[in-house]
Amino acid sequence: MNDKKWIVLGLILFVGLFSFPFWFNVGKAAPAPEVVLTEQAKAAKECVMPTDFMKTEHMQLLDVWRLKVVRDGVSQFVNADGKEFDMSLSNTCLDCHSNKAEFCDRCHNYASVNPYCWDCHIDNPKGDK
Amino acid sequence: MESSRRRFIKMAGIAAVGLSAHPAIKAVAAAPEHGPQYTLKTGDQALQAKQWAMVIDTRRLKTDHDLEPLIEACHKTHNVPHFTEKNHEIKWIWETHFHNAFPGNTSNYMSEEVEHRPYLVLCNHCQNPPCVRACPTKATFKRDSDGVVMMDMHRCIGCRFCMAACPYGSRSFNFKDPLLGLNEKEINLTFPRRMKGVVEKCNFCVERLAVGQRPACVEASGGALLFGDLTDPDSEVRHALRENFTIRRKPSLGTEPCVYYIV
Repeated sequence: MNDKKWIVLGLILFVGLFSFPFWFNVGKAAPAPEVVLTEQAKAAKECVMPTDFMKTEHMQLLDVWRLKVVRDGVSQFVNADGKEFDMSLSNTCLDCHSNKAEFCDRCHNYASVNPYCWDCHIDNPKGDK
Repeated sequence: MESSRRRFIKMAGIAAVGLSAHPAIKAVAAAPEHGPQYTLKTGDQALQAKQWAMVIDTRRLKTDHDLEPLIEACHKTHNVPHFTEKNHEIKWIWETHFHNAFPGNTSNYMSEEVEHRPYLVLCNHCQNPPCVRACPTKATFKRDSDGVVMMDMHRCIGCRFCMAACPYGSRSFNFKDPLLGLNEKEINLTFPRRMKGVVEKCNFCVERLAVGQRPACVEASGGALLFGDLTDPDSEVRHALRENFTIRRKPSLGTEPCVYYIV
């Protein structure tokens, strides 16, 4: 019954070490990334869908696109305003958003997602690098 | 539990009330959908067919020089890498000898001219494709809409069963990053590359058909290659098939190839 001080010391040490990542990183949260729009994207005002939808659902939309284009041969996308787009990551999305590093990558890096789109799809179809 | 007339009528009444409430509940429950408000459609200019087919007039393609621009056109359009090492070669469309192209059709004392002509070979887009049956992920599939045997690179796991299954050697595996075999300046930026570890092959230029253009090799051939709908009796290919004697590669295997050769 004389081990009380050791137990308390051990507990303090354990809690301290266990919570190390939390107090070590207090106040150091990375700022939310800011994406840069190209002039062309600014001029277009709206993407193929409303901005809020694109922010949260672009991955699902791209998934539908790739499925429909590759597997069903359906190539045109008509949005709520009746505007028509070619369903193509390289030729439609990245035509406007030709600044992958400042647009796609910033958020993807922040969220630590690593999509493999650009293994095959050229990230800058216009070739202005 | 005792069943009586009184009890039955009670239950029926409750059920009737419940049913009458259904439309009201449905109106409340079916909140307006916030889902995507868009529609998808095929392009207005897209070329459509039930089964695309090709007829190759080998009489008009006499030398390597005649074939080169066709192969070049295809490989440029689709960013097909060029590797000199045989094991790493990627082929969508290439030339071969008569006895390799038509192993069952060789005969003694053949016309030398016919025997030594270079033959253009590519994926046959079979009506009964063995590669499709072999694929465990359905990465390769026969498209219902137009019969093109396609590759979905997103799904290919690189098992190469399709290569083993294809009797024509029409499929190539990317042992290396294809970018190493491409000239950076000559990359067609509108068509995706592939990555290491996937199988690729001729896609009958589906990306061109979708915008109303015929395949790149057909366009470069100046009429030696014909392309059209096999199920349409008035199509270019059906005319050619009617008017000429044609052969196909290894027809005895029952794969029903859709590339025909006039010899």
